[in-house]
Amino acid sequence: MNNKAAIELKNITKTFGSVIANKDINLTVNRGEILSILGENGSGKTTLMNMISGIYYPDEGQIFVDGEEVVIRSPKDAFDLKIGMIHQHFKLVDVFSAAENIVLGLKEEGKYDIKKAEINIKEIADKYSFEVEPSKKIHEMSVSEKQTVEIIKVLYRGADILILDEPTAVLTPQETQKLFAVLRKMRDDGKAIIIITHKLHEVLSLSDRVAVLRKGEYIGTVETKNTSESELTEMMVGKKIDLNIDRSEPKNTADRLVIKNLDCINREGVKVLDDISFTAKAGEILGIAGIAGSGQRELLEAIAGLQHIQKGEVLYNNPKTDKTENLRDKNPLQIRELGVRLSFVPEDRLGMGLVGNMDIVDNMMLRSYRKGKSVFLERKRPKDLALKIIDDLEVVTPNENTPVRRLSGGNVQKVLVGREIAASPTVLMAAYPVRGLDINSSYMIYNLLNEQKEKGVAVIFVGEDLDVLVELCDRIMVIGSGKITGVVDGRNTTKEEIGLLMTKTDRGEGNG
Amino acid sequence: MADIKIKQKEPLIHITKRDDVSFAKSIIIHLIGIAVALVLSSLLIISVTGENPLKLFKAMYEGVIGTPAANMGINKKYMESIHIGAILLCISLAVTPAFKMKFWNIGAEGQVLMGCLASAYCMLEFGGMVDNTVLLIIMLLASILVGAIWAVIPAICKALWNTNETLFTLMMNYVAMTLVSYFIMIKDRSGRSDLGILNERTGYGYLPDLFGMNYIFNILIVAGVVVFMFIYLKYSKQGYEISVVGESENTARYIGINVKKVIIRTVAISGAICGLVGFMIVAGDKHSIKPDIVGGQGFTAIMVSWMAKFNPIIMIPVSLLIVFLSVGSKFATSAFKVDNSIGDILTAIVIFSIIACEFFTRYKVNFRKFGKED
Repeated sequence: MNNKAAIELKNITKTFGSVIANKDINLTVNRGEILSILGENGSGKTTLMNMISGIYYPDEGQIFVDGEEVVIRSPKDAFDLKIGMIHQHFKLVDVFSAAENIVLGLKEEGKYDIKKAEINIKEIADKYSFEVEPSKKIHEMSVSEKQTVEIIKVLYRGADILILDEPTAVLTPQETQKLFAVLRKMRDDGKAIIIITHKLHEVLSLSDRVAVLRKGEYIGTVETKNTSESELTEMMVGKKIDLNIDRSEPKNTADRLVIKNLDCINREGVKVLDDISFTAKAGEILGIAGIAGSGQRELLEAIAGLQHIQKGEVLYNNPKTDKTENLRDKNPLQIRELGVRLSFVPEDRLGMGLVGNMDIVDNMMLRSYRKGKSVFLERKRPKDLALKIIDDLEVVTPNENTPVRRLSGGNVQKVLVGREIAASPTVLMAAYPVRGLDINSSYMIYNLLNEQKEKGVAVIFVGEDLDVLVELCDRIMVIGSGKITGVVDGRNTTKEEIGLLMTKTDRGEGNG
Repeated sequence: MADIKIKQKEPLIHITKRDDVSFAKSIIIHLIGIAVALVLSSLLIISVTGENPLKLFKAMYEGVIGTPAANMGINKKYMESIHIGAILLCISLAVTPAFKMKFWNIGAEGQVLMGCLASAYCMLEFGGMVDNTVLLIIMLLASILVGAIWAVIPAICKALWNTNETLFTLMMNYVAMTLVSYFIMIKDRSGRSDLGILNERTGYGYLPDLFGMNYIFNILIVAGVVVFMFIYLKYSKQGYEISVVGESENTARYIGINVKKVIIRTVAISGAICGLVGFMIVAGDKHSIKPDIVGGQGFTAIMVSWMAKFNPIIMIPVSLLIVFLSVGSKFATSAFKVDNSIGDILTAIVIFSIIACEFFTRYKVNFRKFGKED
């Protein structure tokens, strides 16, 4: 392959109303190269890529593919140019199978033959060692399976310029490594790969060059081998920031939440939690690590009263009354009525924790609207709370009456975490609270969790970034396939030890 | 790559999403929409009937508002038009809470009809037995109850077994019509399958005229329902729960809302207001009962509710506009002796234009700049 640029962008500008999303961006990607696009939330990474993949049309500027100027008016034009994009939010039809989604909208020769398509999909999957069941319905899939379908969909269409928007945000370390191996293989095949990310260590381990955006502007491109984490951070944020998490020694710990022999069965009748027992202590952060879909969600939902418990007990020691309450078979409302201050930041922020179409004030009310005997709503206090959270957590929003779905991912999460903390909890559960968030927002969330711990809250933190788990948590519980595979001390464990525990049961079953 | 070269042109039109459109701008867009609709309608009138469209529009206006001569005495033409609008508005308000909850209740027609039936039954059974005021109260309560029951049956099935509420409520309409036919059959001894005007001689169960105007009772009730619904949806805790359940059942469960209870309660309110409309139709207007007494208003109301984006206040002009179009065009087409379907087409043109405005309030259409064209 020659050194001709696969894609070259010249002076690309895009505005949305009064917001400038991209301003005079210049960028090149060569064939046989992995380029990372690095930037904070709202720096315009996704918008820029959407213009290459035909979702948006640039206001100004030119796009060149293989040295020729092109006009990309629709995703179809992009596909004709062999450009394929894997979006952060999957664009799949839930009730269709993987294969049906992959061939959807594709004009293939001959009659519709889903069996043939499934064979082709298997071939692609085998070639890049993906795991996929072509006939499985999307709504039955985990997040990482859905992503696999999205990637195969693009490959199936013969794309040789691939754009991946935050692909690792939803993957386990192992899956990430697999994906990177695949991407490197593709690069060696001569494909041009663009990956949007904000995780610095991934940038450094994967890409050949890094392009940095900040607030819609192009800052520069550097060779990965000539740069460092701190240089990239500085380019990205515009100032030096400290990437350390302060971990204080737990003080006045007391058993707050005692889980005993918990069993749960999901809607499909599969056992998702198997004999889980642990204690969450006041004044410490308990991390939960595990491969995605090992039962983390069900565990938190079972504690929060959203998941039916087959067997076992959820015991809460009330610090005010010194009584022990059993939360099993109680719904969230009944749990609150017992005086249990349980806050929960669920994985699905806009689908469970918040209502996307409601403004920030109305979302604040979700927890508190029942207060008082009046049949009418009281919006004064929720409004004050909304303003306080916007102020304290630096939520970027036009005002408190903006629907939360309009906010960027980081700001949505600040609203949610802010509300849950405002309820002055005694137990705070957070599932993947920094997923998809940029560095600044992530560290703000870690600090908030630490503050809560110091206030004597029992914090349960389900995380995916093992580096963070090891730095942040006092104890880390690892679960695999719904079973506890180990509990380690956060101060003297390693990423590798946790990684081994995460896959322990799988291996055990494999050998036996 | 050769074929790509040919396409080296900016697209002629590309569409971008707007930020929030200001209220004034939205009004302007809608006025333009209505103007376009009037021009299109005029062209249609000229090409099909050869009449002067302005004369036809004038006839429409007179058909709705009435000439001074028609507005003398107690039966004022404009009151009749406002009343038709009020009934439509009230049904639209009734379906709205269910729609906000994403419960697709298309059974308003049947729920209103069951309200009519309950009122008619009480009129015949208890007329003369009790004081007229007491009778009216009995009719009112019976209608509300029966309307609510008719709506709650599908709601319970939805809440318990997740049945499809759209089909269920639709089918309930036909059951209601059959029930009314059956009621007429057993009550009617003349064999005409028509009960005519009920209690015509005695006037038992008739709502009185107020301030020298008929229909005023009904219009006041509807005004009350508008205020109630506006406050209920926007400022009450139950209204808030409706929004949460409608937006996301998972969120509702997460904060401990009993989703089943909210579904059943909300649909019961929906049905109760439909039943109330049935009472108003029988006691305050028609004083009779027949299977087609609601006249499709239960379906038109769905459109009103959607066009007003579930906002009770906006439903007022929307339902008045629709009544203006349907009543006016009916009058105008008969005055000009042209086919009645012209009136329906005119109505459709206006409604389509208004719905099209929706697109322009959400998106901006950009045309290719002339300088850029190669």
